[in-house]
Formats: sequence, structure tokens, C-alpha cells
Amino acid sequence: MAKVTIKVNGKNQTRTVEDRMLLVDFLRDELKLTGTHIGCDTSQCGCCTVHVDGRAVKSCSMLAAQANGASVVTIEGLAKKGKLHPIQRAYSECHGLQCGFCTPGMIMATAGLLKDKPNPTEEEIYKGLEGNLCRCTGYINIVKAVKMSAKLLRGKAR
Amino acid sequence: MYSVNYVKAKSVKEAAEFVARNPEAKLLAGGMTLIPTLKARLARPTHLVDIASLPELRRIEAKGGKLVIGAGTNHHQVATSAAVKKAIPALAGLAGEIGDPQVRNRGTIGGSLANNDPAADYPAAALGLGATVVTAKRSIAADDFFQGLFTTALEEGEVIVRIEFPVPKRAAYSKFPHPASGYAMAGVFIAQTAGGVRVAVTGAGPGVFRWKEAEAALAKGFKPTAIEGVKLDASGLNTDIHADREYRANLVRVMAKRALAKLSGKK
Repeated sequence: MAKVTIKVNGKNQTRTVEDRMLLVDFLRDELKLTGTHIGCDTSQCGCCTVHVDGRAVKSCSMLAAQANGASVVTIEGLAKKGKLHPIQRAYSECHGLQCGFCTPGMIMATAGLLKDKPNPTEEEIYKGLEGNLCRCTGYINIVKAVKMSAKLLRGKAR
Repeated sequence: MYSVNYVKAKSVKEAAEFVARNPEAKLLAGGMTLIPTLKARLARPTHLVDIASLPELRRIEAKGGKLVIGAGTNHHQVATSAAVKKAIPALAGLAGEIGDPQVRNRGTIGGSLANNDPAADYPAAALGLGATVVTAKRSIAADDFFQGLFTTALEEGEVIVRIEFPVPKRAAYSKFPHPASGYAMAGVFIAQTAGGVRVAVTGAGPGVFRWKEAEAALAKGFKPTAIEGVKLDASGLNTDIHADREYRANLVRVMAKRALAKLSGKK
């Protein structure tokens, strides 16, 4: 067993877990943060994307023990005081989803992309979301949502 | 995933000693290949020895005509490093095309080389540039390091510490990624080095290899037309559901031309 302390959405969480426990299972089963989804469970779909020490990663492909001492942000950590994060708002307003299953991962990947490229081109958006699959939308509205997110975060839209 | 014991190494020395004492232990860096492998129960190590965050494996430094990259450096760090972009821009570009952003934030250069996936990108750069793989106990030339399908000169538990890339006069990489996985169906790294022209091919065969006929042709004239008609034996190349060996042989030629076109500034 491994004793791990991970700062999740700003709060230290200490648990004793099996060494083989994946970070996504730690978040979902131990902390009941079920916004992070398990889609493919084979590191392809990106539904489980969270930020570890500020970088987007697939939490199904990392052990909880590897995240010991790290700072993790999940989809639940974005909204502040009941107010949607600008990226959440953009996905909602642009209807960047249909069934919504991939959305938490898409939003976390978008946040990662915009951290590196605050004003991405369309091609950079496609490349930036390469690690995330949506089986409903055809991505058109997702790309729109990323563009609107970028504007909101740069203070260019209200 | 089968049950396993997680161990966080405090130094390369400690990791090497631990693996020497526990022959069924595996080194864990970014885990982008190992964790999925464990989840599929394709491996059953007793221990995972985590070396990802060791400071001695994390550095990028250009000095004396060499670019030195610590084995624990992830793909994102290589792709965005000012030192890499300045010394060997083709290497930064290659790192930025591996997998997807989430994978690049975790996967490491040492892990990729140690795994030696036949369709991975880094082996093409290491072989194409004539790099030296430095482990905790010795230095291994890229020409000796890669030994075919998932096989390297590394002994059990030998830890890669850093990779030393001689800075070439110029170099370029071009790959045809599989549209779903992003792995190279064929990728060609071409470098003009102090020791001559080197052409390394990944994705097309059972392991990265040098296309010697193309090297000879380019040594005579370093331009895209130089490799027209140069022989490439397709008999040893991969045939699978995605492409047969003749198709892959053609892709290699096309990727080589594209790499050369990048160098001459023409499309």
C-alpha cells in the first residue's frame, strides 16, 4: 500500500491506497470527484484529462502514487463560487458538446492548450485537442468553444 | 493491472541497485508505454521503480558542439526548449509531433529510447544524428544501441542518464503519422553531420535503421533529387493492415524527399 498526499483543487488529500491505483480511480473512487471520466481506459480518448502540476495529463495512465506531492486540478476545480469558468461558459454557449461525456476532458485539455497558446490558430486548436476524442459533435462547435474561450480569457469578449 | 509495488527512487544509483537486486522490477519514467502495458496485463513486474522526477535526469544543456538532454526530460520540454530549438530545431520539432499534448507532458526521451518501439520518433533522431546514449555505467553509440523490435543494447536494469547529440550542420525530420495513433507509418530523419550524411528510418521496418544507399547518394549531392531511383529493399519492411511493405518503401522515399525539401526551403 502507498500513502499518498495529493493537493486536489487546492486541498490536500491523504489516503492509503493500493500501489497500482490509477490517479483517475483515486479521484473518482476515493474523493468522489466523478467529473473526471473514464472513456477508453487506454490513454486514447482524453476524457480523464486533469492537470498535474499545471500540465494536462491523462489520469488513466498515471498511478496515484506517481502524483504523490503533486498539485492536481480537475474539472470540479474550475468554477469559482458557483460561477462557471470562462472555458465552461464558452462550451455551454457554443454548444461544444452533445452527450457531454468527453466534455470534462475537452475543457481540461482546452485549458492546457490556452496556457501554452493564448490565441491559437484553428490548426493549433486541432493539434492541441489531438489527445481528446468526441464521438458526437464532429468537433465544429468544440473548436468554436475554444476560440471563444481564448477570447474570454484574453479579456476580448464578455 | 496486476498488483505491483511502487518504489520512488532517490537517485539513479539507488534505482540501479534496486533493479539489480530485484530482477523482475521495472524502471518507471513517464509511464506512457509502461502503464498501458501493465493495464493490459502484458507485463507483471514485482516493483515499479519511479525515476521520473530525479533531478540528475532532468537537464538540457548545449556545450562544445553537443546538445545534452537528461533522460527524464519530457517531450514537451524538449519541444519548447530554447536550447534545443537553437541547436537542433529538427529535434524540437520531432518532439512536438510525438503522440498528443497529454502524452508529451509525461513521456520522456529516455523512456522512448529504452522502449525502442519500431514506430517511435526519438530512435530516428538518435540514430540520424549519431547520438550517444549515456547510462549509469557506460556510453553506447546509437549505431550499437538499437537492435531491432523493442530491443536495445541496455542490460537488465541499466539506467539511461542522458543522451548526447552532436550538433549537426543541418537536419530535418519528416513523418507520415498513422491518422489514429500518431505513430510513424514511416519517418525519416536526415542529418548532415561532421561525420557525413546520415539517414535514419523509423516506422517502416521492425526497428529503426539507416538507409545507407540514400546516405551515399546524398553525400554526392545534398538535394531532394539525389534520392530519385536510389534503391530501398522492401523485403525486410513491415506489412500490416495499414500498409504493405511496398507502400511503406514508397512512403520512406516520399518522407525523405520532404525532409530534404525542408532543408532546401522548398515544398
